[in-house]
Amino acid sequence: MIVTINGSAHEVADGITVAQAVRTLTPATTGVAVAVNDEVVTRGAWETTALRDRDRVEVLTAVQGG
Amino acid sequence: MDDLIIAGEKFSSRLIMGTGGAPSLEVLDQALAASGTELTTVAMRRLDPAARGSVLDVLRRRDIKVLPNTAGCFTAGEAVLTARLAREALGTDWVKLEVIADERTLLPDPIETFDAAERLVADGFVVLPYIGDDPALARRLEQAGCAAVMPLGAPIGSGLGIRNPHNIELIVEAASVPVILDAGIGTASDAALAMELGCDAVLLATAVTRAQRPDLMAAAMKEAVRAGRLARQAGRIPRRRYAEASSPMTP
Repeated sequence: MIVTINGSAHEVADGITVAQAVRTLTPATTGVAVAVNDEVVTRGAWETTALRDRDRVEVLTAVQGG
Repeated sequence: MDDLIIAGEKFSSRLIMGTGGAPSLEVLDQALAASGTELTTVAMRRLDPAARGSVLDVLRRRDIKVLPNTAGCFTAGEAVLTARLAREALGTDWVKLEVIADERTLLPDPIETFDAAERLVADGFVVLPYIGDDPALARRLEQAGCAAVMPLGAPIGSGLGIRNPHNIELIVEAASVPVILDAGIGTASDAALAMELGCDAVLLATAVTRAQRPDLMAAAMKEAVRAGRLARQAGRIPRRRYAEASSPMTP
């Protein structure tokens, strides 16, 4: 199935979790937040939340700004 | 002591820094140290796997409280989602609410800002909204439960100073939450003026981070904010049309 992670389309295995999607970008689990289809997925739910085809995953962190 | 108190939290520095525009994290670190700031904004962006070092590490080492902003949002919906992501990533329910109307002026959109503020207050956030120098909107946002109001002096990054000091005074007069002058500061005298007008704090970034010597300008801003605060508390003399001798005129 295809999911979009930070704007890029990725071919991934069915049933990939949010935690696995985050690990494609970073090993970090702190200072990072995830939204799937514009809804926040709390860190405690990353391992148990499975992605579905066409999901849009946004992985954000703090950068210089403001 | 003359602490700044926002939502019950005390700060001994009335200079709030931004982190945007610094050429490197090392330069930023030196500027933050020289500024004496205890509260500093960061933006939320897509994680870049190639990025080295983190602004969060710099703030943590300096024991500076992080204030995430919603910079880059054009709608209330985007701002609410960004604030929730920041709360999740950074473990703080404080947010500098910034909803801009267009990229050319970066002026805040009052309608979207107010909508987002109401939703974020209802969601338990400590909301610090960035707004135009509009006394009516400032009052409405305070009534909506915002923890402070942050009127601009001039557009973000413009360095034009405080274009409408009268409106800033009107906002200060009516507010019972802290008023933080945000955006437009170009140099130290602008920051001092903001405090002389009665603002409780100043938030700036570009004036320091893009100065030729950021650490030196940060130190200047620290002194200017303190001087302006003292002058406000001291109470300035009235302006007069003609001279008034300070020495006796008779021999």
